Amino acid sequence: MQALYAQLLVGLINGSFYALLSLGLAVIFGMLNIINFAHGALYMMGAFVAYFLLSLGGINYWWALLFAPIIVGIFGMILERTMLQWLAGLDHLYGLLLTFGLALIIQGVFQNYFGSSGLPYSIPDALKGGMNLGFMYLPIYRGWVVVFSLVVCFATWYLIERTRLGAYLRAATENPTLVRAFGINVPRMITLTYGLGVGLAALAGVLSAPINQVRPLMGENVIIVVFAVVVIGGMGSIMGSIITGFALGVIEGLTKYFYPEASNTVVFVLMVLVLLVKPTGLTGRAA
Amino acid sequence: MAESTTADAPAKAATGGNILQVRNLEAWYGESHILHGINFDVNAGEVVTLLGRNGAGKTTTLKSIMGIIGKRAGSVKFNNQEIIRTTSDRIARMGIAFCPEERGIFSSLDVRENLLLPPVVRPGGLPLEQIFDLFPNLKERLNSQGTKLSGGEQQMLAIARILRTGASFLMLDEPTEGLAPVIIQQIGHTIARLKKEGFTILLVEQNFRFASTVADRYYVVEHGKIIDGFANSELAANMDKLHTYLGV
Repeated sequence: MQALYAQLLVGLINGSFYALLSLGLAVIFGMLNIINFAHGALYMMGAFVAYFLLSLGGINYWWALLFAPIIVGIFGMILERTMLQWLAGLDHLYGLLLTFGLALIIQGVFQNYFGSSGLPYSIPDALKGGMNLGFMYLPIYRGWVVVFSLVVCFATWYLIERTRLGAYLRAATENPTLVRAFGINVPRMITLTYGLGVGLAALAGVLSAPINQVRPLMGENVIIVVFAVVVIGGMGSIMGSIITGFALGVIEGLTKYFYPEASNTVVFVLMVLVLLVKPTGLTGRAA
Repeated sequence: MAESTTADAPAKAATGGNILQVRNLEAWYGESHILHGINFDVNAGEVVTLLGRNGAGKTTTLKSIMGIIGKRAGSVKFNNQEIIRTTSDRIARMGIAFCPEERGIFSSLDVRENLLLPPVVRPGGLPLEQIFDLFPNLKERLNSQGTKLSGGEQQMLAIARILRTGASFLMLDEPTEGLAPVIIQQIGHTIARLKKEGFTILLVEQNFRFASTVADRYYVVEHGKIIDGFANSELAANMDKLHTYLGV
């Protein structure tokens, strides 16, 4: 039974990363109509920025949670201004190819300088240790990751679904020309949205650094699963991405317990099934 | 009257100074050349209607003024300021509001969000109470999804949301299209009331009967040019010509 709970926790943690990453992808797809294949590389950059802040500047984890998303977000906004904005109105394929190329370049640069092995990033003192819940032992940092991710996910959902700014975003997703004709600077909003989506990826990178170490290819491994999550949840759906992210993490964890051989493929089997039954995903809109 | 209705714009309504001046306006959709040199003026406080057959270039004229057309040339001056190269968000912030033909109600927003979407660009917009006074239906349906409203209610919402912004120059593209007569009448009353409140309105209409109840002046658009123009007081004298232009 202990093993089952442990796998459930691992599933929830993976689900946290899936949710944060797929949420960023959903926000970006909704607004820019771009399938951001560079998302994994930007997640990795978030972890590396946290590592550099600590090793070069002595800036700790807590500040890294703030600064890494901002720094990577600004990098993302530069990418959007200089490259992605020119793809507006073109087929999805162009955005996918460009961001895939960017991912390869970013990962290649980091791999060139840091190799493939992981760099250590220690858990902050306040989150070290664990607590005995009676039925299982809960490492505090892992509990923190799950809770913090949930808070960030729902804060993002609230921002988009319940605020005036979110109404601008949703409206601009539907009809950017008209929203701009109302006096809203839509190009600037698109840039900021890309920055927000990328910032979420970087935040996931910082959260992941103490658990998975800091590796140039850490994003490459996770991004394929995240894309499956996004496809299942529905491209562009905010709540769909959050729920599917957590749910698939848990399903993956449970599969590890009940039938470990299928744990790496269960997400993709589900993806195929969902695509067969509902091609737009569980809560998505047609692209 | 030829396309040069500009300089001697017919029977100015004399309600105020010149607020919009359009000269040699040309516009393209991709390779298609739609407007071939549009010239007209609008004075402050009047309701000017662009009449013309389908595909004449009326909507494109409004979109060109608003800056939401791919390529445009010529001159558009709003309050004596050249806006031909200005982006649409800045044009909106100068006080021009656009209500599109397809209404542009956002399905992912409820009525309240649709209503509050356009930012206030300057003081002087109608307060919500006054908007609900004009369109009582909207108040009852604030929490409904925008596109769940009837066609008439959607049109009211599309007009209502631009009245909040403080824009004093409204461009309404076929506000009566596809609506029941009773709703058309209500929209007519609204336009008359807005005019009384001091709004300047540039209207595109195919429904000539409706336009005649609200307009001060008319311009006739054909093949991307203004081919004629006259004041409402000259309407009876121009009726035959108008029937020929509009094919009715």
